[in-house]
Amino acid sequence: MSPMLIALLPFFGALLPGIMARSGRTVAAWATAVPTILALTGLALNLPALMAGEAVTQSVAWIPQIGLAAEFRVDGLSAFFAALILGIGLIITLYARYYLAPEDGGAGRFFTFLLLFQGAMTGLVLSDNVLLLLIFWELTSLASFLLIGYWAHEPDARRGARMALAVTALGGLAMIGGMLILGQIAGSMRIGDILAAREAVAASPLRVPAMVLILTGAFAKSAQVPFHFWLPRAMAAPTPVSAYLHSATMVKAGLFLMARLWPVFAGTPEWFAIVVTAGLLTMLLGAAFALTETDLKALLAWSTVSHLGLVTLLLGIGTVPAAAAAMLHILNHALFKAPLFMVAGIVDHAAHERDLRRLGGLRKLMPITFVLALLSSLSMAGVPLLGGFISKELMLNEALSTRWGGTDWGLAAVSTLAFILSAAYSFRFLWGTFFGAARSPEAAAAHDPGAGLWLGPAVLVLGVVAVGLMPMLAAPVVDLAASAVTGGAVEVHFSVWHGLNPALALSAVALAGGLLLLLAIGPAMPRRASPFPDAEAIYWRLMEGSTAWATRFGEALQSGSMARNSAAITGATLAIGLWGALTGSLGPATRGLVPVSPVVFVGWLLLMMAGAAAVVLHRTRLVLLVFVGIIGLMISLGFAWLSAPDLALTQVSVEVVTILLMLLALNFLPKTDPVEHSNRRRLFDLGFAGAAGLGLATLCYAIMRRDPAFATISGYHAENSYVGGGGWNIVNVILVDFRGYDTFGEITVLGIAAVTIYALAQGLLKANAVRTPAMEAPRAGDRHPVMMIVATRLMLPVAMVVGVFMFLRGHNAPGGGFVAGLLFSIALLMQYMASGFAWAQERVTVPYHGLIGAGVAVAVATGAGSWAFDLPYMTSAFGYVTLPGLQPLELATAALFDLGVFLTVMGAVMLALASLSRLGVAARDAERREG
Amino acid sequence: MELLVAACVGMTTMAAVYLILQRRSFPVIVGMSLLSYSVNVFLFATGGLAIDAPPLLTGPVPDAPMTDPLPQALVLTAIVISFGMTAVVVVMSLGAFFQSRSDRIDLDPNAGPDSAPATGAAIGIDPAERGGT
Repeated sequence: MSPMLIALLPFFGALLPGIMARSGRTVAAWATAVPTILALTGLALNLPALMAGEAVTQSVAWIPQIGLAAEFRVDGLSAFFAALILGIGLIITLYARYYLAPEDGGAGRFFTFLLLFQGAMTGLVLSDNVLLLLIFWELTSLASFLLIGYWAHEPDARRGARMALAVTALGGLAMIGGMLILGQIAGSMRIGDILAAREAVAASPLRVPAMVLILTGAFAKSAQVPFHFWLPRAMAAPTPVSAYLHSATMVKAGLFLMARLWPVFAGTPEWFAIVVTAGLLTMLLGAAFALTETDLKALLAWSTVSHLGLVTLLLGIGTVPAAAAAMLHILNHALFKAPLFMVAGIVDHAAHERDLRRLGGLRKLMPITFVLALLSSLSMAGVPLLGGFISKELMLNEALSTRWGGTDWGLAAVSTLAFILSAAYSFRFLWGTFFGAARSPEAAAAHDPGAGLWLGPAVLVLGVVAVGLMPMLAAPVVDLAASAVTGGAVEVHFSVWHGLNPALALSAVALAGGLLLLLAIGPAMPRRASPFPDAEAIYWRLMEGSTAWATRFGEALQSGSMARNSAAITGATLAIGLWGALTGSLGPATRGLVPVSPVVFVGWLLLMMAGAAAVVLHRTRLVLLVFVGIIGLMISLGFAWLSAPDLALTQVSVEVVTILLMLLALNFLPKTDPVEHSNRRRLFDLGFAGAAGLGLATLCYAIMRRDPAFATISGYHAENSYVGGGGWNIVNVILVDFRGYDTFGEITVLGIAAVTIYALAQGLLKANAVRTPAMEAPRAGDRHPVMMIVATRLMLPVAMVVGVFMFLRGHNAPGGGFVAGLLFSIALLMQYMASGFAWAQERVTVPYHGLIGAGVAVAVATGAGSWAFDLPYMTSAFGYVTLPGLQPLELATAALFDLGVFLTVMGAVMLALASLSRLGVAARDAERREG
Repeated sequence: MELLVAACVGMTTMAAVYLILQRRSFPVIVGMSLLSYSVNVFLFATGGLAIDAPPLLTGPVPDAPMTDPLPQALVLTAIVISFGMTAVVVVMSLGAFFQSRSDRIDLDPNAGPDSAPATGAAIGIDPAERGGT
């Protein structure tokens, strides 16, 4: 199966559980399991190629300009991780089916999140492109946020989810930078190419910055010091999530990345210094903290931190055997830690208690759970004949042969100390939960769960025992993974008994020390008083500091005065314009002046006077609208005079609907503006406005007197309007053909605006908040004068014919969908005005939302039609037909697109104004009700 | 003619900006609407002015000088979109008016608790959310 399909299967599957949620947990779990099983099967199909030492790659171009491609790769390392992710995912699905309470009700949501996460994680390990990897990397952060915060009603869950997101996403940001640098150095974003570019990377001065940035991301994800604190907080997640994300998968993403880039960075002194130190510190700190926790899940979380540190350390050492040991420990850790988390969940379910101080004595009450916990926690402690022992032996061997901190034994000594702590907390987990007497009545009443809960962990524990007894079984897997990590053929030989050697002695010391330490401190230990700076406290200080800063910044910017904000925007614009005018240069005027005729001058005078009057007389709002009407009308006449007939038609019809809209609004609002500003303030406003007007006028004049500095694309449009688009009206051809995409976007926006208006109006109606203010002037006596009714009804067919005419001729003469839509709207609005809202609304057979939807759909369908002819989206075609009795009619697909424009514009205008009218009707009804 | 058009743009802009600096919703909306008029004329004018030269072809390829069609196409959709946006703002301002019984658009410290400015507490970290460390 293609690698891409393996990664995408969980995403496709993620839709299913959400849809099937109502059918119950079993169906949702099956819907989760099926895509997982399919993906796992697909992965297995690639096994023969992997065994032959090949990497299966696949590449689909995405955005080649930036080197982003959907490139996937199945090699030993990615197959190893993908198998862990999918296999454990399957077990977790089974476990979660029985773990989630029936009354939870969110099972569908849970499994959808789980599949999303699984897909992101699988995609991450199968990516063969760093940009693609980054996308999946962020997706895992997001999916884990959803999963940790699954019980969103609990503050702990919300806090833990936010912290995990903040830390891992911030790390991800650093990593983006590092990856981009690395890609630049290697000259390719393909991981295969980057791995081959070790020499280029080593020679680059940017190697260390890139490495530090990438490691920051990896450390944040894998909870390495100093980013370790988020993992225990994420334990607020449901236990299946902890078992999945925080033992086997997400926290291993950082390890995966370090392993993936191992050939590029490993072996350099900086890599050794940073990675070994962070790993060692994390290993020690995690183990120490685990020993002080009394909460089962928190203990396991710290232990996970510690074991992740162990693997990091191994990867940092940079030798081939160490890398192989790292792979084996990743396998072992997944095998024993996932069951341990599931055991913690089972105990929590059975005893309603996760605190070691209130548990105990469960050995006899829950024998099955006890056996599972015994085997997996002894493996965690590193007891022989279990999987954990093997990898710990290998690790100690590596530590003994690595020089660190100026000594040959330093690394081994500190590691042994960590292992002593590790053994102690493992024994303590067992001791506190299963031995002694039950320390609470709930614990005393606990009993083993059904097979659904213990079957999953049992399978994994079987793996623990198998690796422990017959480590040679794991050898081929480790060979495959380690060969892919190191880029050379690796052949490991595992055996249970390595003979008497220093590593075995240290192992024995660790186990004995752990047992003694436990006896010394007893099953319950007081809380820690850490000598280290508390990383979590630092995190909170940073978060609070930045929110406080953002708040101050926001409050300074947003003082609550709209006028001040508007003035700031205007002022800034003016300043930029002024700066441009002072620093720029102006070429000589290249265009002559167009002469002025007396009629035009009169029109101009009207506009100027209306503008001045609008400023002076704006307090009476109706009068203000009259002046706006004059300005709009003069502008449309100006358009007509200055060779823009389409604009003139559009402007005049928009003018009509705008004034109607304002009048409808004014019905509710106060009719006058009170005097609120002092004379000084008004003078300031006027000066400000005058400066803005003067600036824009000067700029406008300067532009009009000059030809464009560069050749425009207008000439192309003019030449191809008929030849390519089949229309004489260039403006219309540009709208529906050359720039069809833009127009499509614009009518969509218009439709959205209208639906928004409808929704807002609907909200107001529901809230029953609509009232008209007390009338200041008497209303006209006759609401619907007969003369107006008769006139508008007679005009309706005429106006519609004009509209159809405008539409049909639009491609060749001024007109088109926009104008026709507006004309139709005006004709209909006249009916509303003359005959009343109720009368008109009764006769509306097609809802206006429907018109908008139909319009957009027609436009989309027209564009898609060109696919049928193997042409790019929105390619237009045209031809002529002759209808009997009419002139030859041109039929271009663009005209069909224009029909979409027409329908949308008409629907949008009508929906907007009808919504406002409904408010008016509601207000009148309310008035009537209240007498 | 160029001077006249520039003066129109200037005057309309001045009236628009003056109205936008008011404190009530209605004049501000009218001002925005006027501003879109003046900006549309401005954009149209960038193509240069011409009389009796509409961008309509009389033959398959342009044979007579004609005005620039591109700014016209851009402005045409801009006019319609401005209307849509104005309509949205109008309904929003009506909603605000119905709910607050006032068409003031800035926060008035004397207007009562509903109009108190949003404080940092609303977006800051709730101490209760932080919990124990």
